[in-house]
Amino acid sequence: MLNSLEILETVKMIAEEHLDIRTVTMGISLLRCAGDDAKLVSDKVYDTITTQAEKLVETAENIETEYGIPIINKRISVTPAAMILGGRPSPRDFVLIAKALDRAAKTTGVNFIGGYSALVHKGMTNSDAALIASIPEALSVTDLVCSSVNVGTTRAGINMDAVAQMGRVIKETAEKTKERDGFGCAKLVVFCNAVEDNPFMAGAFCGVGEPDAVINVGVSGPGVVKCALEQVKGADFGVVAETIKKTAFKITRMGQLVAQEASRRLGVPFGIVDLSLAPTPAVGDSVAYILEEMGLETCGTHGTTAALALLNDAVKKGGVMASSYVGGLSGAFIPVSEDAGMIAATRAGALSLDKLEAMTCVCSVGLDMICVPGDTPAETISAIIADEAAIGMINNKTTAVRLIPAPGKKVGDTVEFGGLLGTGPVMAVNNCKSTDFIARGGRIPAPIHSLRN
Amino acid sequence: MRAVITVIGQDKIGIIAEVSRVLAEHKINVLDITQTIMQDMFTMIMLVNLEKSEVNFKEISKKLEDLGEAMSLSIRIQHEDLFRSMHRI
Repeated sequence: MLNSLEILETVKMIAEEHLDIRTVTMGISLLRCAGDDAKLVSDKVYDTITTQAEKLVETAENIETEYGIPIINKRISVTPAAMILGGRPSPRDFVLIAKALDRAAKTTGVNFIGGYSALVHKGMTNSDAALIASIPEALSVTDLVCSSVNVGTTRAGINMDAVAQMGRVIKETAEKTKERDGFGCAKLVVFCNAVEDNPFMAGAFCGVGEPDAVINVGVSGPGVVKCALEQVKGADFGVVAETIKKTAFKITRMGQLVAQEASRRLGVPFGIVDLSLAPTPAVGDSVAYILEEMGLETCGTHGTTAALALLNDAVKKGGVMASSYVGGLSGAFIPVSEDAGMIAATRAGALSLDKLEAMTCVCSVGLDMICVPGDTPAETISAIIADEAAIGMINNKTTAVRLIPAPGKKVGDTVEFGGLLGTGPVMAVNNCKSTDFIARGGRIPAPIHSLRN
Repeated sequence: MRAVITVIGQDKIGIIAEVSRVLAEHKINVLDITQTIMQDMFTMIMLVNLEKSEVNFKEISKKLEDLGEAMSLSIRIQHEDLFRSMHRI
């Protein structure tokens, strides 16, 4: 029998410490929709998604009510769209697909749909090139579509032509959505070592190794970890790690329960639970506050990378026992605009782009939701992508860049995205040019440790 | 299906009576009940069985939430498995 303290602990985590399931994401394979005719393919895409995900939102809401645990987002990820349209398509053809994805997302009632994507780490097909060229237009004419491009892997190296192009695509996307401060860029992420079962946006897509449909769940709960650490003030790092592990275990058990239940009710296989600490802009739901609870005056000061490394590792160690299948990105996220502590640290001048880059070496993903000045050159954005991809490639981990060069904004200005995407203080970039470096093009060869066979 | 009801708030006369009345009206059977005062707060935990209940979970949840609001208490009903999965391997 459960005891009262355990029951009250769970209730407190949900009621006061922001414990929630960040997302239930249904992966849907669109390979069966593939063809050469954009109109025909987009009709098939709409039908496939709306049929498969018809009951996704309703089911997730019922689970929310019965278990009394909030499920913040319901999402869909699909096969990278570049793979489903052949026959030398034009960027305009791909915009048709983007619109079909957007309509399907709205019909099913999900918050976002991801998979307007291309995997070009070694080279580009005609379809990849057309999709990438269409991204600025696609993200400006749709509301819920998220796009990602994988430009490097540990096995293939980094496609520097794609890196150069993505700098321009990001600038163009910002320009096309300038009336919303470049909001389109918040729905676009550039990856190295992208994963096939990521439930989180903007980078979710359903990989080709996935079944027709699959349920992936991302958990959250920075507030719970912060509150647990408040109970061990001054204790040594062994105690800190142990406390985080125990808390992560409990958080992840919720994710496992919700994933299994959603999978059973929808008749769709359970894929993975993503062992994540995902912040929201709400006060008390911040990863930065956990780092500060460990003894740092402000997130971003010396010691931040070590604190984050400990946190990230302990979350995985605690979570991995709690779920039968673990995957996705699994780790702590540090999206600046979505984390009240990161926003405060940036405004206080304690957190810089360079420090964030160092932090991405030891945590999940990368430079996430960072606003930079609107006049940042495309080549500088490409160079930032190249640095981040190099960290991913060499360290065998996923890294990503989601930058918003907010048109007309300067360092110190603020960009309001609203909702989960939060508020972004504009951060300084290095003003020395990287133009000639990016102009070289070609491919950075895979590192020596990619030769593992 | 079994669920856990938690009632937390300022102690006053009639909390158990009111919660039990709502449950009885909807044919929900109480299996276990504990109550205590923790940090000056009235805290009650009930284990209930909803098998014979004719209304759906959402309605019960809403009724209890409304009662909670009327009595200035926090009242939640949650599937028992939530707690079991978090605290038992």
